[in-house]
Amino acid sequence: MTMTEEIIIAGFGGQGVLSMGKILAYAGLMEGKEVTWMPAYGPEQRGGTANVTVIVSDSPVSSPILSSYDTAIVLNQPSLEKFEPKVKPGGTLIYDGYGIPEPPTRKDIDVYRIDAMDAAAEMNLIKTFNMIVLGGLLKIHPVVGIESVLAALRKTLPERHHHLIPKNEEAIRKGMEIIKKL
Amino acid sequence: MADQEITLMKGNEAIAHAAIRCGCDGYFGYPITPQSEVLETLAEQKPWETTGMVVLQAESEVSSINMVYGGACTGKKVMTSSSSPGVSLMQEGISYMAGAELPALIVNVMRGGPGLGTIQPSQSDYFQACKGGGHGDYHLIVLAPASVQEMADFVDLAFTLAFRYRNPAMILADGAIGQMMEKVVLPPFKPRRTEEEIIKECPWATTGRIGGRKPNIITSLELRSEEMEVINLRIQAKYREIEAKEVRYEEFMLDDAEYAIVAFGSAARIAKKSIEIARSQGIKVGLLRPITLWPFPTKEVKSLASRVKGILSLEINAGQMVEDIRLAVEGAVPVLHFGRLGGIIPDPDEVVEVLKSSF
Repeated sequence: MTMTEEIIIAGFGGQGVLSMGKILAYAGLMEGKEVTWMPAYGPEQRGGTANVTVIVSDSPVSSPILSSYDTAIVLNQPSLEKFEPKVKPGGTLIYDGYGIPEPPTRKDIDVYRIDAMDAAAEMNLIKTFNMIVLGGLLKIHPVVGIESVLAALRKTLPERHHHLIPKNEEAIRKGMEIIKKL
Repeated sequence: MADQEITLMKGNEAIAHAAIRCGCDGYFGYPITPQSEVLETLAEQKPWETTGMVVLQAESEVSSINMVYGGACTGKKVMTSSSSPGVSLMQEGISYMAGAELPALIVNVMRGGPGLGTIQPSQSDYFQACKGGGHGDYHLIVLAPASVQEMADFVDLAFTLAFRYRNPAMILADGAIGQMMEKVVLPPFKPRRTEEEIIKECPWATTGRIGGRKPNIITSLELRSEEMEVINLRIQAKYREIEAKEVRYEEFMLDDAEYAIVAFGSAARIAKKSIEIARSQGIKVGLLRPITLWPFPTKEVKSLASRVKGILSLEINAGQMVEDIRLAVEGAVPVLHFGRLGGIIPDPDEVVEVLKSSF
């Protein structure tokens, strides 16, 4: 059976949305899957909105631009408002409680909450926020294996940052632990 | 780095890597969103230290294209890249190169216009790319990549065609193909040609007069109209040959199709998704994707018209390629257009709705 996972990751610029998508896509590539990574590029900046569509599939990917998604990962209120309606019925929405005072309301999708920002602050690892979120996603939808994610990090991070990989792994495992279904 | 390594990169980055690998001698460009990664990647890769390829950021697009003109005169493999407003600035130089019959590669990663417009993707430079763009009766060979892999593959193809016909070639991409990352297998390394090889391959080039050969003069100027007509006729004969030999296209799910979408570049990718959705709802639709926009697959579109009940031209513009489709179809079936403008990309569901309401 062929597997295709169509994911939107959206939040503020600076939250690591694009790099989280890149790691996910790279991990998919390392597993021999077809992948596309399509950013909403623009005059983006820290504090502005940023989003990226990542598709991981066993078969060639048609459109990198989608109308609806299997999974939406939303990390701030504007992104929730924009993408909650675009989750396919029966699909998944993951949100971070910190940035989203008004939670999702749809009943025909699976909603998960991950307090990644709080966890990152507790762990004193603010920069691994996006890896905590990624861990949460991989717990629910093991689109790629954690080993592939670590391999992707080794491949994409400059050598001088390789000592941070264990921290990233810790963050991914934390995310797997703290994500909860509503 | 192994030649066959599969990697993940942006379309713009693929262009840069492919240029180095195909033995390109020089890149001259000026940054503009959404294609700046071409120049950035070249600067990062420093090919001047490895293959000897020149990478130069000029002071403007006008300079860039004239540096390309100069480099091309010497038979070198030279290129530039830009996005819509920058490519408009280059039109004079492009016309001169077409007139002087020079091979070169121009990459246009289109953004929405007119004017400075937006930095978001668009396909609104189809007319400019395919119908001349600058002044005079000329054509570019225009290739439209629909994936990061094709961004990489078409660099060598464009140079091959440009040198085969002594004509500038263009890769007409858009912001979506330029900015997205996909899997790509980069082409194997080819060394840059030696001076001797260039002299042999390009006997017309200004390579320095050795052994008392006749001077090679490269110009687009000929004030004697009788002579200028002869030059024009020769160039037109070349265009007819290109039309006969170099049409490229892809067919997707057309075997049993009752309706067809014709689309190129990122619009063709969206079309494929729309076709998956439409077919799941029982609508038999397929895709014809022109890979060469000039020469346009006129015969293939005409033959398509005899097999389907209607054609939708899906373009990220207000309707440009649709004119070429209508010319090919000669009224045999209805030909409609759908597109979004100003940097908005049509989404697959929207296209399915258009299919349902149009036919």
